[in-house]
Amino acid sequence: MKKTLILLLPLLALAGCSSSSTWGWYVINPMTSSGWVNVKFLISGMGDTILISVIAAVISIALGLVVALPGLAQSRGWRMVNRVYVELVRSIPLLPMLFWVFYGLPIIFREMGMNVPIDPFWGAIITLALSDSAFTAEIYRAGIQSIAKGQTEAAQTIGLNYLQTMRYVILPQAIRRILPPLANQFIYIVKMSAFASVIGMQELTRRANELVVSEYRPLEIYTLLILEYLVLVLIISAGVRWLERRMGSDERG
Amino acid sequence: MPGNIPPNPEPVPGTAPEIAIELAGVNKWYGTFHVLKDISLSVRSGEKVVICGPSGSGKSTVVRCINRLEQHQEGIIRVDGIELTNDPKSVTAIRSEVGMVFQQFNLFPHLTVLENLTLGPVKARGLSKSEAEAKAMHYLERVHIPDQARKRPGQLSGGQQQRVAIARSLCMEPKVLLFDEPTSALDPEMISEVLDVMAELAVEGMTMVVVTHEMGFARKVADQMVFMDAGEIVEQGPPEEFFGAPRSPRCQKFLSQILQH
Repeated sequence: MKKTLILLLPLLALAGCSSSSTWGWYVINPMTSSGWVNVKFLISGMGDTILISVIAAVISIALGLVVALPGLAQSRGWRMVNRVYVELVRSIPLLPMLFWVFYGLPIIFREMGMNVPIDPFWGAIITLALSDSAFTAEIYRAGIQSIAKGQTEAAQTIGLNYLQTMRYVILPQAIRRILPPLANQFIYIVKMSAFASVIGMQELTRRANELVVSEYRPLEIYTLLILEYLVLVLIISAGVRWLERRMGSDERG
Repeated sequence: MPGNIPPNPEPVPGTAPEIAIELAGVNKWYGTFHVLKDISLSVRSGEKVVICGPSGSGKSTVVRCINRLEQHQEGIIRVDGIELTNDPKSVTAIRSEVGMVFQQFNLFPHLTVLENLTLGPVKARGLSKSEAEAKAMHYLERVHIPDQARKRPGQLSGGQQQRVAIARSLCMEPKVLLFDEPTSALDPEMISEVLDVMAELAVEGMTMVVVTHEMGFARKVADQMVFMDAGEIVEQGPPEEFFGAPRSPRCQKFLSQILQH
């Protein structure tokens, strides 16, 4: 019953296309002045969505490496640090983490005598970066570990030390396996940045919500919202594929 | 050899023929599993030693202990007079004397053949790029593939890759070359091109320790045969004796199995 309903939904929507009462595109029709104002309002959230995502991704990429390295250490203690971080961060849903960072973290700072206000912008960035870093750490670790042990051994037999082995033999090979999934992870960040709307960040989703409240046209406005994310993600996907082609070709050659 | 670490202590002069590798009472365990049992072996400078034995007998482990890819727990390993200890300096010093050729070649796939050969000399020995490249081309000619210098390892056949790996070791100008089943990962038609190169090195006087099942090569090249089983050296001697009249039943059985076909 439920399944049939879900299957029927797109059909209903399509059927609705013919009826002018279902769709009211006027609300975001750029040909009319009020529609154009609405469209501009919605699309201008793009800047913040991209900015939050890019900064969060940069932090996550750096943080991920810092978390991954102890996971590759010989010592059990260091590996434990890595495991605890990854398991803990990976198991916290994004929304509770966002609430904790935005509403909870400032209290901890205040207790420690520091006045660090966390605004929605940085609250969103910190949460996205933290949440994503557990995944980037695993990507780094898997990438470096995927390089066969024989490579390290061969490097040792020609006299390279640990740093030279990493720099000239292991990392150049691992980076080919690390970069594409890292770029893929960026798509995750972009989509999850929508959560920033609940703490008041005026990005794409927040603006759509606000417009729905005043215009009461959720179908059209959320359809446009979805299309906005679709365009963003498609652009990133194209970038990832380009990267994969570039990175992959060398190794096979 | 520029940038080479001098052997310490100095090998005693005048004691010819000089001992290149010496193992005395070497023991090793993986957990409770006793992989190497009281291994003693000495290899004179210029000598070719072939180690054979069934899989799991510890022959690769012996070779890998000599340059510290594996750590032995008891006994003494000396290479060119330097004792192998936990001191990283002794490990570095010994590795600079010892070259190694692996079963799986272990070439660096992201570098060209030439870059594979020059990496060690440039980064570890501090040679200039042009010096290192001249040296690399010299050794590529010695393994008969100078025309492949600009290709990546993935574009070469298995036999060619293994010859590049041999050239890569030679570029470090080692006193000793270790071979860990160098032809076991090769298609049959490529085995002889690698064995030929190894035989040429042998003729030129390189000290070699070779783990292999290629008994034809062993008969032709070896000065000393070593048969290992279950972590110990069961039989040892010159090839005529070893192949002609093996003493131990285990060795007789192994040889009859391996020489059957």
